Amino acid sequence: MKALRILLAALTALRRNVMRSGLTTLGIVIGVGAVIAMMEIGNGSSASIQKTISSMGANTLMIFPGAAASGGVSFGAGSTMTLTPDDSEAILNECPSVLATAPVVRSRSAPVIFGNKNWVPHEITGTTPDFLKVRDWPLSEGAPFEDRDVRNAARVCLIGQSLVRELFQGQSPVGQEVRLQNVALRVVGVLEKKGASMMGRDQDDILIAPWTTIKFRVSGTSTANLATAAPAAGTSTTTARGQLYPGSAQGIYPARSAIQTKNSPMPLRMITVDQISVAATSAEETKNATTEITSLLHERHHLGEGETDDFNIRDMAEIAQALSSTTVMMTNLLLVVAMISLIVGGVGIMNIMLVSVTERTREIGLRMAVGARGTDILRQFLTESVVLCLAGGAMGILLGRGTSYLVTSILHWPTLPSLGAIIASVVVSASVGIIFGYYPAWKASRLDPIEALRYE
Amino acid sequence: MNLIELRDIRKTFYLGEVVLPVLKGITLNIAKGEMVALTGASGSGKSTLMNTLGCLDRPTSGDYSLDGQEVSRLPNDVRALMRNRKLGFVFQNFNLLARTTAQAQVMMPLLYGRKYISLKDAKQRAETMLARVGLADRMDHQPSQLSGGQQQRVALARALINRPSLLLADEPTGNLDSQTTREVLALFKQLNEQDGITILIVTHDPKVAASCRRMIRMADGLVEADEITAEVSS
Repeated sequence: MKALRILLAALTALRRNVMRSGLTTLGIVIGVGAVIAMMEIGNGSSASIQKTISSMGANTLMIFPGAAASGGVSFGAGSTMTLTPDDSEAILNECPSVLATAPVVRSRSAPVIFGNKNWVPHEITGTTPDFLKVRDWPLSEGAPFEDRDVRNAARVCLIGQSLVRELFQGQSPVGQEVRLQNVALRVVGVLEKKGASMMGRDQDDILIAPWTTIKFRVSGTSTANLATAAPAAGTSTTTARGQLYPGSAQGIYPARSAIQTKNSPMPLRMITVDQISVAATSAEETKNATTEITSLLHERHHLGEGETDDFNIRDMAEIAQALSSTTVMMTNLLLVVAMISLIVGGVGIMNIMLVSVTERTREIGLRMAVGARGTDILRQFLTESVVLCLAGGAMGILLGRGTSYLVTSILHWPTLPSLGAIIASVVVSASVGIIFGYYPAWKASRLDPIEALRYE
Repeated sequence: MNLIELRDIRKTFYLGEVVLPVLKGITLNIAKGEMVALTGASGSGKSTLMNTLGCLDRPTSGDYSLDGQEVSRLPNDVRALMRNRKLGFVFQNFNLLARTTAQAQVMMPLLYGRKYISLKDAKQRAETMLARVGLADRMDHQPSQLSGGQQQRVALARALINRPSLLLADEPTGNLDSQTTREVLALFKQLNEQDGITILIVTHDPKVAASCRRMIRMADGLVEADEITAEVSS
């Protein structure tokens, strides 16, 4: 209640000099307004930069099968096949930091033929529709193939822009059939242009089909060229080319007798994939995703303590680091700007409060004569400067929001409202009021009433 | 009963090397309900005595008891409270707050009291007090809209709002013409006689001094004369 009266007295005192109060506050208004506007614009562009970098793959992880070793000789990464499509499903279902997963089967390069043209795409990838989500890769035309197509090993494909350019020359490819290794694939969609990758590879030079199609119809086995690497890489599926139906493999080996099976059990082979692509929920989450996937795969692959992993996880650490260092730089820069503008504003407040104390010396003397204690005077002047700063802060928030709104609507820059910045501004402007108002208020409270009353 | 009892009050200022005794041992009593004029040439120490009586300044030595309480050695905050409760000040130059309504001026000392008074009560009391000094219709006027006499009456209402036992007036009529001087003096007298407020007026003006029943003349830091004057009708 008494505090209310002090507040009232402060407001009255400030109202007595509206123009000066307003101009004093202007420092804080501009300071806080600039901070808010910059934070919002900064946040907005930071988010859009993040989105851009993410589309470059900062949040993607790639899981490769581990290395096989035979007689002490390691055959290097990818020489065994340990990853299954079920692993991919399980990762998606059980790892909370994972946004999407897609198993990937690669085919050896082979010419894609359309009419009298042919072209060897850089990549022939078999996968699921989620691959587009993992790579953040929209279609420019047509529609993606579906999970049903994956189950049926349907003869459909998506093609990249380079392939369109080389094979179709202005013609719409959707609905046309291309041939790959004597398998006719219907083009259902065209991928949007993605340009070169970080390494300078043309990412648009690609053909994407359901992984079952690639594995069972096109390649037979995807790792035929690695088949010698390890016994585990031997395949129980099929090596026959141009096979029409998956799973209906006629064995090319003679059937084994019961004794043979008992003596040397064939390792239970699952359908394997060459790679699993994973998108984490954000670039920062890739670390967590890695941990989660590692423990999940340990469990699924029955790897005990101390056993070597039969898989490798690679992330885009370099890109992620560039991203986070950009963000940190930006935040720090804004912080420095904020500090400078608020200090300038605070010095303005202190200056005016000092003038005000000098000018109102007689008033202070009078207040002391009618019974104000030093602390009362201190409190009054401190309240005045805090009120000035808070009013400035409030107006600054409006100014900042207004500016960022204008920037969005006129310049079409992305902005992102930041509650943190608003709270910080209020706290900071109140602290500026206290810090820079304290000295003048203290000076006022130490005046000698006799001197003050006699002050001309 | 004595409201003010001074025992050998001395005040010495030390200005670097120079030692400047201003009050050289003042002993005097003022009873409740008196109206006293304090006169003397400038430099005689009457302002210093006034500040000491007003609890604004501490004597170098001596005892000062106000309303039965020794106040010369109290800490600052307690003396501030004494000023708030027991003392009212009226100044030569009014010392009103610029661009503040009369009502707000008069309410101001209530803010510093120890007791909490609601805004409504405070306004009510300010109105009563302003009516008392004849300014009921000037409640919302600012100092620049008031004449000198009216300004001094606002200051008087402000000094009286906490019902002080002692009113200290430092040349209250120094800036007023003779007509308003008479009005203000009449008001002082009325307050003294009707409300029993003890009043001490520092003045140069023999006419003002003559309107008080008792006159204390100071010279060179000592009480030169302390006499009951024949009352002159104003």
